[in-house]
Amino acid sequence: MSAFSAVKSLSTPTITTRSTPSSNPKPSFPFPFPSPASAGAGSLRHSAAIRLNSSSPSPLRAVSSHVLSDEQRVTSPSNHDKALVTRREALDLYEDMALGRSFEDMCAQMYYRGKMFGFVHLYNGQEAVSTGFIRLLQPGDAVVSTYRDHVHALSKGVPARAVMAELFGKTTGCCRGQGGSMHMFSAPHNFLGGFAFIGEGIPVATGAAFSSRYRHEVLKEASPSGGLDVTLAFFGDGTCNNGQFFECLNMAQLWKLPIVFVVENNLWAIGMSHLRATSDPVIWKKGPAFGMPGVPVDGMDVLKVREVAKEAIERARSGEGPTLVECETYRFRGHSLADPDELRKPDEKAHYTARDPILALKKYILEHDLASESELKGIEKKVDDVIEDAVEFADASPFPPRSQLLENVFADPKGFGVGPDGKYRCEDPKFTEGTAQV
Amino acid sequence: MAAALQTAGTLTASSNLVINSERFRFGSLLRSPAGMKGTILVVKSDGRHTVGFNAGLRGANLIPNAVAAKTEDSAKSTYSKPGHEILLFEALREGLEEEMDRDPRVCVIGEDVGHYGGSYKVTKGLANKYGDLRVLDTPIAENSFTGMGIGAAMTGLRPVVEGMNMGFLLLAFNQISNNCGMLHYTSGGQFTIPIVIRGPGGVGRQLGAEHSQRLESYFQSIPGLQMVACSTPYNSKGLMKAAIRSENPVVLFEHVLLYNLKERIPDEDYICCLEEAEMVRVGEHVTILTYSRMRYHVMQAAKTLVNKGYDPEVVDIRSLKPFDLYTIGNSVKKTHRVLIVEECMRTGGIGASLRAAIIDNFWDYLDAPIMCLSSQDVPTPYAGSLEEQTVVQPAQIVAAVEQLCR
Repeated sequence: MSAFSAVKSLSTPTITTRSTPSSNPKPSFPFPFPSPASAGAGSLRHSAAIRLNSSSPSPLRAVSSHVLSDEQRVTSPSNHDKALVTRREALDLYEDMALGRSFEDMCAQMYYRGKMFGFVHLYNGQEAVSTGFIRLLQPGDAVVSTYRDHVHALSKGVPARAVMAELFGKTTGCCRGQGGSMHMFSAPHNFLGGFAFIGEGIPVATGAAFSSRYRHEVLKEASPSGGLDVTLAFFGDGTCNNGQFFECLNMAQLWKLPIVFVVENNLWAIGMSHLRATSDPVIWKKGPAFGMPGVPVDGMDVLKVREVAKEAIERARSGEGPTLVECETYRFRGHSLADPDELRKPDEKAHYTARDPILALKKYILEHDLASESELKGIEKKVDDVIEDAVEFADASPFPPRSQLLENVFADPKGFGVGPDGKYRCEDPKFTEGTAQV
Repeated sequence: MAAALQTAGTLTASSNLVINSERFRFGSLLRSPAGMKGTILVVKSDGRHTVGFNAGLRGANLIPNAVAAKTEDSAKSTYSKPGHEILLFEALREGLEEEMDRDPRVCVIGEDVGHYGGSYKVTKGLANKYGDLRVLDTPIAENSFTGMGIGAAMTGLRPVVEGMNMGFLLLAFNQISNNCGMLHYTSGGQFTIPIVIRGPGGVGRQLGAEHSQRLESYFQSIPGLQMVACSTPYNSKGLMKAAIRSENPVVLFEHVLLYNLKERIPDEDYICCLEEAEMVRVGEHVTILTYSRMRYHVMQAAKTLVNKGYDPEVVDIRSLKPFDLYTIGNSVKKTHRVLIVEECMRTGGIGASLRAAIIDNFWDYLDAPIMCLSSQDVPTPYAGSLEEQTVVQPAQIVAAVEQLCR
């Protein structure tokens, strides 16, 4: 199949916000998301049918998750849902989310026990986004994340041991202890980081996507995926006000790069509410402004995320260009382990805790008879074992020796230059000890 | 390889281009002492205005006819072909083109590099030859397209990112500092960033403050970055090629006023070592360390100094980070007096770091305090008379040497 073989060409969807009568009256939060129009809402195909309401911005309203609501009887098999996930897929999704959750909980424990330091940003509550997207990727596809990157790394296949050891600052960590929580990298898994400054990963992701297109068109290399290697860029709502975001939307669409921009809108950038920071808080609308589809999705529902992700990734892979996906999600913990999290209201937190993606999937699996309770418990136990093992491994691993200090400053250590004796510095025997003067 | 350039009557010595083949063995780590002895690299640049050179140039301030160095050993010419005359910007293009031919992963990213051919014509014709994807015209988004270059470098390509003017790269500082310099380290060595970031900088002719910046001082602290400054067609091509082949991120500083220098360069393939300095003129009395355009002011001052009986040794440091402490040190050990002449600002400039490095390593060899002539800590004014005052002029260099050698 050629990379550019016919795939449904998706017209730029025009979407309006609509109120959906909900039989579950929920407190009205100022969430700027449209209610999904149907079970498959959020998919690009469906959204094309809805017209844009060009009048004044509609009042913000709560979103109800159709997975949990009584409107849709979950037990009556919806062909759409059944087709999306097999038992095996469901268990893979469940395990991945459980792994992410347990890992982050363990991080919190270890932090308070003094095993890891600095800024640690946990992903609890957002697992559906990571799992929903990344489990669809092929090995040649790349992921770029931000400082909230532990779970993205795990979903991409980076072993829990490597991530935990990195957090402990041990030399066996995925970055040899040199990166830390905010700089997770793994070349074998095409996990391109791990960036501390928001927004700075998006151009890197755009570059990886450019590389993918270049390899295909200039180097004439065929990817095992059958199309273009895709890059996913994950970032938050705060980043969407940053220049790099807009510059990259422009360039990605301009050159039809195989990239998906995934916004994890958890409504808060540390203590800054998205609504206080953004003139037009509806982020997915900004995609069409650059000529690419913009799609909102319920980020607490892994199946919905997965459906949207499938289309967006397929678009990118076939050469149709980028997509902007906005996931409504929430972090159950503070911005980081140092954040007292005093500004978010308890009822907002309660609303989202009730939409815990892992519990939702569990319920879905059980109601569709995809697996038994004990099987799921077995998965949870397995995950716990993996985490325990990761902690033990990290604990037992050595700290980086002094000699490691200078090793990775340059890929080519000749970059340290020539010393007074005429030899390259890196040939100095003291260099590896880290005691040489450079 | 005989005459590099002939300029009727004005040059005082023979024009030799001497090359030591040792230098150009790419990848050799050790510099053999024997090899060093014969490596007097004499490069002359014709300061006369040639076709295409901007007529408004104040010739008195710019390119003097460089004084040829005294050659120590017999010319060790290993080049049998006659070489070809070339302008500096063409030499850069030649180097770039040769590398793009050699490795299909080399690509160019920047504003107006493609169809326009580059604001200083360094990439002229390349888009026609290699296509729009390999010579990519970007929108005006320095931070993002530099970051894009970094992402491309991480995933297997070898991009050359052009800042239309070096000053524009201030907008890319986030990417250059955080990602370019640091990513290899924070990833534990997993990703390399073989990127070249280049562009014209320096004080031009009344271009105004923002277009007359010297970013070498701003970038020099970034760990993981290498910086080189080219000054002749010969080393421009050589450094461009070496930078592209290097696995490290390299910033190549070109100068707006040097693009039309003409020189005869070898037909054969060659590179210049990124970490080495260039001996311009061998002398005995004082070591003058310089780079980029100031090299020519120094050489002009050298003429005057020679007439006054001084014998300055001039070293073009070329590698701004790291410093070539071997060449510099040998010179200091010989002359015991150091003058640094740079176009950087005084505060926190390359000269400041160089001074510190010399003091740290060669204190015992100094007979006098190190003098450093830098640009004034002033935004470059538009008015020509004021602009002239901000940059080091040959007369100041002469005065400084006289003071040093008292």
